[in-house]
Amino acid sequence: MKIGSAAVAALAAGGSVVVRADERLYESNRMTFRKDRKTGEDIGVLGYGCMRWPTVTGADGQKTVDQNRVNELTDYAIANGVNYFDTAPVYLRGQSERVTGTALARHPRDKWKIATKLSNFQDWSREASMKMYEDSFRNLQVEVIDYYLLHAVGESMEDFNKRYVDNGMLEFLSREREKGKIVHLGYSFHGSREMFDRLLETHSQWHWDFIQIQMNYLDWDYAESGNCNARYMYNKLTEAGIPVIIMEPLLGGRLANVADNVEEKLRKRDPQASAARWAFRFAGSWDNVLCVLSGMTYREHLEDNLETFSPLKVLDEGEVEFLHRMAKLIHDYPTVPCTACDYCMPCPYGVDIPGNFRHYNKCVQEGFVDIKPESDNGEGYNSDMREFRRNRRKYLISYQRDVMREARANKCINCGQCIQHCPQSIRIPQELHKIDLLVENLRRSIED
Amino acid sequence: MARKIRITLAALSFVGITLLFLDLTGILHHWLGWMAKIQLFPAILSLSAVTVIIIALVTFVFGRVYCSVVCPLGIFQDIFSWIHGKSTKKGKYRFGYTKALNILRYASLAVFIAASALGVISIASLIEPYSSYGRIVNEIFAPLYRAVNNLFASVEDHFGSYNFYTSEVWFRSAASLAAAVASFVLLGFLSWKWGRIWCNSICPVGSILSLISRFSLFAPVIDKAKCRNCRLCEKRCKSSCISIADHKIDYSRCVVCLDCLEECRHDALHYRFRYSQKENTATEQGSSSREDGEGRRDFLKTGAATAGALALGSLPIRAAAPESDSANLKTPLKPAGSESLKHFSDHCIACQLCVGACPNYVLTPSKDPGTLMQPEMVFTRGYCRPECTRCSNVCPAGAIRPVTKEEKTAISIGYAVVDYELCVAERGEASCGNCARHCPAGAIRMIHKNPEDLNSARIPSVNADRCTGCGACEFNCPAKPVKAIKVEGREVHIQN
Repeated sequence: MKIGSAAVAALAAGGSVVVRADERLYESNRMTFRKDRKTGEDIGVLGYGCMRWPTVTGADGQKTVDQNRVNELTDYAIANGVNYFDTAPVYLRGQSERVTGTALARHPRDKWKIATKLSNFQDWSREASMKMYEDSFRNLQVEVIDYYLLHAVGESMEDFNKRYVDNGMLEFLSREREKGKIVHLGYSFHGSREMFDRLLETHSQWHWDFIQIQMNYLDWDYAESGNCNARYMYNKLTEAGIPVIIMEPLLGGRLANVADNVEEKLRKRDPQASAARWAFRFAGSWDNVLCVLSGMTYREHLEDNLETFSPLKVLDEGEVEFLHRMAKLIHDYPTVPCTACDYCMPCPYGVDIPGNFRHYNKCVQEGFVDIKPESDNGEGYNSDMREFRRNRRKYLISYQRDVMREARANKCINCGQCIQHCPQSIRIPQELHKIDLLVENLRRSIED
Repeated sequence: MARKIRITLAALSFVGITLLFLDLTGILHHWLGWMAKIQLFPAILSLSAVTVIIIALVTFVFGRVYCSVVCPLGIFQDIFSWIHGKSTKKGKYRFGYTKALNILRYASLAVFIAASALGVISIASLIEPYSSYGRIVNEIFAPLYRAVNNLFASVEDHFGSYNFYTSEVWFRSAASLAAAVASFVLLGFLSWKWGRIWCNSICPVGSILSLISRFSLFAPVIDKAKCRNCRLCEKRCKSSCISIADHKIDYSRCVVCLDCLEECRHDALHYRFRYSQKENTATEQGSSSREDGEGRRDFLKTGAATAGALALGSLPIRAAAPESDSANLKTPLKPAGSESLKHFSDHCIACQLCVGACPNYVLTPSKDPGTLMQPEMVFTRGYCRPECTRCSNVCPAGAIRPVTKEEKTAISIGYAVVDYELCVAERGEASCGNCARHCPAGAIRMIHKNPEDLNSARIPSVNADRCTGCGACEFNCPAKPVKAIKVEGREVHIQN
């Protein structure tokens, strides 16, 4: 109540009122913290991503951020140990920095750290960039920016140079850091492995204090659209001694809403944990991760995440491997969008195309498609291995029953005659070969 | 008591070895594989001296218990004989002393040894008891067992449960089916009528053991003083070897079933040490009633024959390996572990244990007269999968020596040959590459038909040095009705 009314007051006063809250409010012992190597300060592993603040739709149909609710969320977060807030000039069409600054200004400055970015996407001129930088201080109502990032680098070295080097911005920011206006200087990265390496080479020149990367258990080994795998990036950064901030721990929500077969396995392993919790635990379980960002719109998200991180149960080796297997499952075995229209039939080589897909999809959905656990040490008595064996048996037996021997995927010779008939544009031979390989690998894994 | 132990052991052994033949899971041989390996003839072929010596010693001490407890064909006949005994009132006492058919007995042993020595084991195996039983199970019982298994599979399918792999049942070979049916009918008939007459007249294992058992230390012994000549024991003896007329037992034929002990109402029959001095027994009288010289000659004769038989059996058997002098005769494929065609045909007794154990339906009895019923590999229903070593693990005769998965990948049992006239890629029917895609050894490469023209069709080219001969290419080849890629066997397997 106190905070609520204070927040209203803060809003009314244009964000200049600092909440005189009871000091006990900030004494959260439960959140897991990591030490910032540069300042020695504690950073809560759960960081607040400020790009998804709740909005209200005004009379003109325009969406504006709901400052009241932002204040409430911020208060609740800070009260529970969240102290890293990540925003950017471009978030929420430019509203995020101001709203976030307003909400944070109501708390003592030493209770939170602010991260913002140089999001000079459109105009790479020095003037525009300088303006963006200076506006951030005003919007956030701060004298010092704790973490300052070059926003989304990694397209090409040429772009990087044009955006930050040629216009002297990076030189300038570096000096600002020396002056103490910026505490940590880093960048957020999206791009290929080659670009990752080349940018990391600039460490010797610019001495990055931290780097923000996209990391989750799927991106660890199976990053998409040519992006660098998180495993590589994390290991390289750890080697270089650069702390990591994590974005996209849920891969845009995909890991909060996984396919049924994966969901079932996750639930079996821990009936209490949501899929999102597994993903957050994965992201937070690495020593060199300073903070995991999550854009929490609703109080429920915040609460669920706080529970995950207060304290964070670091994954053990078996759980890490389990998630690697889940990642492989998600990556390797999506269902085939076959509607069994039979336009592809008859196959000149006798393959029952819809039958193979029907069986495969059934197995994916029922969770029979499984990946052999690696840490089996030949004994095969751990529960993962037993479950794998059970699933393997179910897969192979049902395949034998559902598809006749002469009509199975191994009979596909890749003649390609079916492809033109498929209204779903399924690459039928490739999908059949994948199924064939899956069966082959399952059978090869049989120990006698 | 002793008889009950005999019956219990026989029942266990019979059920065990039958299940070993029927097993579809590949698990049982871990537990019961030894039951096939303690069979005399397989043990001789696999040069397992310890087993042979133990069998000889046991026989020397206890008599032919082997025939009553270890040999599945013996127990099989006992079951027929027992059913007859139960079915009619007189049946149990339908026997009576007959003279041993020694000419038939030794002639058949001689034929057996000669056939084995000449490498025509397919003939020898016709009268070899263990393999005869193996064929009976595999050809007659197994299809029923599999049908029941498949019934379970289709029933459980309705309940969404997955425990039973469906098993294929099909007609494999006329020869082994005929042999199995013939053995089944003949042995069923003979044992129904005359009990163990086969074991004492034809069976080479019985004959070999009889040479030892006639001197066994322990045996059923008639106490002449107590015997009231009621002949119940004689009428009960399925080996027809008790002669109450002169109170003698022919220990060469006695299979130590101990049924006779049960019959004696006058405490005149005991299973005990035969040569004890104290006792004034029928045995001693019996043997002393013979002329000493004859007895000694007998001993020498049979001893020599025993030694000869064992020596012949355990010698690496010289044989006329089927020579593939004809160019169009395909060299048959034998599983990894069998080393060479010759090694295989010299050792395999065609018991069909591997045929039943093969989960990929690759092994099938040969139709070639020289190696009749011995298994060979055919890739119409599957191929020899790289992870499977079951046949090598079950073979009791050392025809397929045990290999590990890893060793198997390094053994080449044959090599693939492409007939380009049949290849769908070469003929331009479709781009294919199914052989190359499925080759576990990476021995097939798809190359452009015309190396200059990168748009030309890609056709398979086999690197025979890498090829293991598993048949994945042949099995997956789409050409019909004749496959365009076929595996040719190697006379001697190559160990890479």
